[in-house]
Parts: sequence; C-alpha cells; structure tokens
Amino acid sequence: MFRYASDQSLFLDRAPGDTNLEALARIPGVVNLHPAYQSTLIVFDPLVTTHEAVQLLAEEATSSMAAPHSRHEIPIHYDGPDLEVVARLHGMPAENVIALHAGAEYRVAFLGFVPGFAYLSGLPAALHTPRLATPRKVVPAGSLGIAGDQTGVYPLSTPGGWQLIGRTTVELFNAVNTPMSLLQPGDLVRFIPV
Amino acid sequence: MTILVQSPGIFTTVQDLGRPGYGVQGVSRAGAADPLALRIGNRLLGNRDNAAALEMTLLGGTFAFPVGARIALTGGRPEGLAAYEVIDVRAGGTVRVGPLESGARCYLCVRGGIDVPLVGGSASTHVLSGLGGGPVKKGDVLSIGMAANQLSGRGVPGELTTYRASLRVTRGPQARQFGERVFYESEYMVSTDSNRMGLRLEGPAIPCPQHGQMITEGVPLGAIQIPASGQPIILFVDQQTTGGYPKIANVITADIPSTAQLRPRDRIRFQLVTNDEALAALRRQEELICRL
Repeated sequence: MFRYASDQSLFLDRAPGDTNLEALARIPGVVNLHPAYQSTLIVFDPLVTTHEAVQLLAEEATSSMAAPHSRHEIPIHYDGPDLEVVARLHGMPAENVIALHAGAEYRVAFLGFVPGFAYLSGLPAALHTPRLATPRKVVPAGSLGIAGDQTGVYPLSTPGGWQLIGRTTVELFNAVNTPMSLLQPGDLVRFIPV
Repeated sequence: MTILVQSPGIFTTVQDLGRPGYGVQGVSRAGAADPLALRIGNRLLGNRDNAAALEMTLLGGTFAFPVGARIALTGGRPEGLAAYEVIDVRAGGTVRVGPLESGARCYLCVRGGIDVPLVGGSASTHVLSGLGGGPVKKGDVLSIGMAANQLSGRGVPGELTTYRASLRVTRGPQARQFGERVFYESEYMVSTDSNRMGLRLEGPAIPCPQHGQMITEGVPLGAIQIPASGQPIILFVDQQTTGGYPKIANVITADIPSTAQLRPRDRIRFQLVTNDEALAALRRQEELICRL
C-alpha cells in the first residue's frame, strides 16, 4: 500500500476518494499532500518523523469517508482550436463532440499539475483522445481540454498538451478565496454550451 | 524601515521557507530555492529562520535603504561584496548586487525580514500562479519587519557555504523501468531553459522501453523525471504537484541547496545513496546550522 518516493515523501497507493486526507494532513511531521488518481504523495519533514512512523499512522488515518461535494455548471464556448481535429479523429461532426461532452457529468478526481487544475473523470468513451504530439508552450487560462479519458479546464495560462475544444470565463483559481480553487475533489461538474 | 527597489536584477522574488499544505489545491510549496542560504542569512541577522528575503537570480539588483539596515548576502557569491557576514548599510545607503561570480541564487537578507502580506501563511512568490506578489519591480517599496533575536556573531562554517556539482539521489519510484547505468555514468549539462519550476538537463538520453505506461501521480521536490526525449528534468520548488512521466531518481533534501545554485551550462553528475545516507547528510547540515 506504501511506496518509497524520496527521503521526505512516500506514496499511499489508495484512491484519494477512499482516503481521509484531513487525517493524513494531521499526522505529526506531515507537511503536504499531493493527491492523484490512485495515490496520494505524503510529504513530511524527515527531521521530525520517518517513513515508518508516517506509514503506521497513515494506515490508521485512511478510514473511508464520504466527502461532501458540490455541483457546478460551467458555461463553455465550444470553439477551441482542436475541436475540428477531435471531431475528425472520431469521425463525427463537431456538434456531436459538443453534445457528448456537454451531455456528461464529471467528477473531480483530484487537483494537481498546477494550482486549481481539476482532473475530471467521466469523459464519454467516444471522446477519448490522445494528447497533442507536441505540447503548446502557452495554453490560455480558461481553456477546456481533453486527453485520454480525462477532461479539464486550465485555470492559469500554462504550457499544456491536451486537445483544446472550448473555453470559459469562469475563474477557477484565486488565492484570496477559501478554498483557493473553485472545484474540489469529489465535486460534480457539468459544462453548459453558450 | 523600507527597501526601495531601484533595479530588480534579472529575476528577483520575495521568498521565505514556503507555503506547504496546499498540495491538495494543486499548489506546490514554493519558498527559497536554497533554504539553507536563507536560514543562514536569517540566523546571522537574528531573524526567525522563516523570515522573508530577496532571492536574486544570476544578476542581482540595486536597492536603496532610506533609513539604513543590517543585511547579509548568502548563497551565490556576488562580485565585490562580502558574503555570509553582516553588512551595515547606513541611512540613505545603496546596495548594488551585480553578477554572481558563483552560484545561481543570492539572498539579500535583512535584519527584521521583508514584511509583505502573507498568502496562505507565506510571503513566498509562487511564480506560475502569481501567489505572493510575483517578481519585484523597479520602484517597489518593501517594508522591513522586526527582528526576533540578537545578531548571531558566529562565523559560518565552510561546509555550509560549499555547493556540490555531484548531486546525491535516492532511487525513484519507477527506477526499474530505466537503463540506470547511463544516468549514473554520464555527465549532464543544465539547460538555459531552467527555472524555479524545473531544471532541464542535456546529455546522453536515458533509455526507457516502457514509456507512456504510467498513471499520473504526485511528484516530490527534486524528482527527476524522464520524458520521451530521455533528457532528465529535475522538478524544483515551484514544481507541478503531479505528473505522468516516470521518475528515475530523486535529489536528496540535503542537496536541494546545491541544485538551487546550478547555473545554466553547469555540468553535473548523479550519485546514488541510500535513504540512511540521505538522512545523515541532512542531519549533519541541520547540526551545523543550529550552531549559528
């Protein structure tokens, strides 16, 4: 269940949805958590605690807890630069890409990569799409992308390799907000074409 | 008391020891790239370890002190200025930090620390998100806070001010996927395309037959990931929190300061150590710094 990561961190190989992250964060010496799909990286101060001690306490702190979640509706202009490419790839008109993407409900698996970037699961299989061969150096903030079986909105202008099918003006990350990110793990998301 | 930024240098940010605890929001810790240099400067000046300072990159700036201050320059060595000692700047005085003659990052620490509004409990700038204010600009006025203690008055041992060209690493979680010999037997050059998010390295490509088979997972500070090109990337203080590239190794915590001081075109090697050796190196560093 645990894997060594570095001299100040280890992986707990359990989906964050089945993990009590608040309890993990309270373990003495633990300073940060980086959750992802199937695991959480637990970062600790190696002058305060050890891999073994963190493991022992993390094992007990992982009782499953149904996280409260919110529902979000995010307005999207489905006019991304890769929309036509994605449509051709799947042999369907762009309207169908939009209908399929906007017809599904997504769940926030975790926030990662960059501040406020929510990895959404639930992309319809008919839209599973490879990443760009060469990532863009700059993806504008608010861009809606798909990659593999994932979809998500870039909260900040960053480099990125996902295929861009739309954009939103909704602010997804602001450091003055609590929490800083609009979308939180476990939240449900729908995209509304505008 | 204030510092007036007359020129910021190439890239200068306010940094303390960072903003841990926001990984679940996708926000990495940030903080001083060389936390050892920051802590030494703060201890010399009687500050808390976590007091904020200016982190200058390769070429420093010019700073005016209308009512004077006590400062210390630590980390990368600025040409023609004393490093690792307390400098009295008289009222109306100016400190001009030029190019660094060694190292990549020099800290201008000031007695009392730099007092900027905290975001998430930290003064640190996280460059990508702009958290904490972003790079300092010409004309910025930075407040100076209150010092916690007396000046230390102790000398800094050379062991704490010497940086390594051979970075010690522990094995990464996907090390088995790689031809590790190439990695440990080759010299790599730091690319000019390196920053607080990551250091890109150039050298012999590392073969990885199982590329693209990995599910995205968290990445620790100092993780060395190998993208399809086979050219390593060291994830650094403003890193992404998760990633999908396999990780061959991880820089040990004690060598994060040395990583911070690597300049573009520097040549480095990697030395594999055990977790126990990594911890021993960190404890040794801590023991020395606690004597200051």
